[in-house]
Amino acid sequence: MIPQPVSKDPVYDAAALRRDFPILATRVNGKPLVYLDNAASAQKPAPVIDAVEKFVTREYANVHRGVHFLSSAATEAYESARDRVRRFLNAAHHDEIVFTRGGTEAINMVASSWLAPRIQPGDEIVLSVMEHHSNIVPWHFLRERQGAVLKWVDVSGYGELDPGDIARALSPRTKLVAITHMSNVLGTETNLREIVRLAHSKGVAVLADGCQAAVHAQVDVQELDVDFYAITGHKLYGPTGIGALYGKRDHLKAMRPWLGGGEMIREVTQESITYADPPMRFEAGTPPIIQAVGLAAALDYIDTVGRERISLHEHALTAAATRKLKELNGIRIIGEAPAKGPIISFEATGIHPHDLATILDSEGVAVRGGHHCAQPLMRRFDVMGTARASFALYNTAEEVDALIHAVVQARRVFDNG
Amino acid sequence: MPWCRRAGYLTMDDSLRELYQEVILDHSRHPRHFGALAAHTNMAEGHNPLCGDRVKIFMQIDSAGRIQDVSFDGRGCAISVASASLMTQLLKGRTVAEAERLMGGFLALVKGEDTTDLEPSDREHLQVMAGVSAFPMRVKCATLAWHAMKAALEHKGGAKTE
Repeated sequence: MIPQPVSKDPVYDAAALRRDFPILATRVNGKPLVYLDNAASAQKPAPVIDAVEKFVTREYANVHRGVHFLSSAATEAYESARDRVRRFLNAAHHDEIVFTRGGTEAINMVASSWLAPRIQPGDEIVLSVMEHHSNIVPWHFLRERQGAVLKWVDVSGYGELDPGDIARALSPRTKLVAITHMSNVLGTETNLREIVRLAHSKGVAVLADGCQAAVHAQVDVQELDVDFYAITGHKLYGPTGIGALYGKRDHLKAMRPWLGGGEMIREVTQESITYADPPMRFEAGTPPIIQAVGLAAALDYIDTVGRERISLHEHALTAAATRKLKELNGIRIIGEAPAKGPIISFEATGIHPHDLATILDSEGVAVRGGHHCAQPLMRRFDVMGTARASFALYNTAEEVDALIHAVVQARRVFDNG
Repeated sequence: MPWCRRAGYLTMDDSLRELYQEVILDHSRHPRHFGALAAHTNMAEGHNPLCGDRVKIFMQIDSAGRIQDVSFDGRGCAISVASASLMTQLLKGRTVAEAERLMGGFLALVKGEDTTDLEPSDREHLQVMAGVSAFPMRVKCATLAWHAMKAALEHKGGAKTE
């Protein structure tokens, strides 16, 4: 995609959108907050805050239990939120959306409830070196506990992932391809549709970590034909403590329970137990009801602004920031795949990412410095860590300049003392 | 400044200037007593899993419990490397008990607490690290090498500052 300059979009008004996010008025160290840590978590707009307040003020009770008025209202709100997620991902069926605490729980659920019973020692799981730890550690569990073999697929020096490399890693023993849809470090958007096609041609299911891609790309799980898709709410401008697993209906039906407790059963006796159908089977205990309502409001907000327009805006910011960072000496950008989301990892020669992040913070610029929960990728690129600037729908061209200004400041501190 | 054409208008925050003062940057660029000590009696590695920084402390301690030699190795941010470098300058010739007392004083210094435990000359030497107290998120960087040093004194294999 060739990004359109923001100035040519007559309608997209980031400055107006910023007014929807109360926290963006914060000043840090006497300077306006420039929040560029969106890949870690996004800020929350007033419609989300208001929806949560309205719900707890007027409609809150536990769900799926009481017959009273509030329980009915809360159940309606909670199941509407599920349908909102279904529409956001364009899943075919309401019961294909399982609410979780976040993306991490969604992936762990698939590892523990779907894949674990299917793993024999020597069976293989294919994943890329640019996975987040949340899409690595659950598979390591299966290696440690059941003798699964992890097969790692490399990326190019630019951070591109060749779907053909995934295909070549498949063997008759491959049980799952677990792959990110967008790297939280490099920004690389993977060709998930092609990866799924290649894996399915060998009868292998695909789980995609969509925690970043759901925020910045267009996601249609039916078009992708992906088997499992994990998302998290707090990166989507929604609350923490809520995420979702999309799973194809047949997979979820064939999946054993996750946590045990209330709500996930059909009948419990002293001798035996039968389980509820999906998605309830995987939602033991009181679910994150308030958070689900907040997430639904966040998805409404995103679609009101328009996902394609947000994406164009973010791409333009990313292109500008990339170009300006490259104009500085001693800056190395890590991850320049042609298909890339608004996430820029970079290194400043001779400056540790934590020192860089501290100096940027003194300028009011919030970036993440460190390994970004992707240590295998850090090793792949032979860095201890990187600084990462990531953009959201409310960031502006002026904030790109503030980032550049702050990086220059850091160079000045380290070069001149 | 050849690295950038637009540096003229920059200003610098005072607390940041203190944190990254010239002595700190000098130690981070040119760390003292850097590299493994072949003839060591004690060694431990400090690891900060949050940022991935690692530092190894090597010490040669004689039978009387006196530190005859000390060095460090590893990778880290300017604060953690400078802190390790400054530490090694002070430890040579100290007893184990003195080293532990020094560590207590240093921890107090970087947390902005009472440092009356420190000998005046030690406090003078370490004072350049006092700016860390204004950056609570960076205290772990400053203390990493010291925790590794303590672990080495106890013959432990590794120490973490979390």
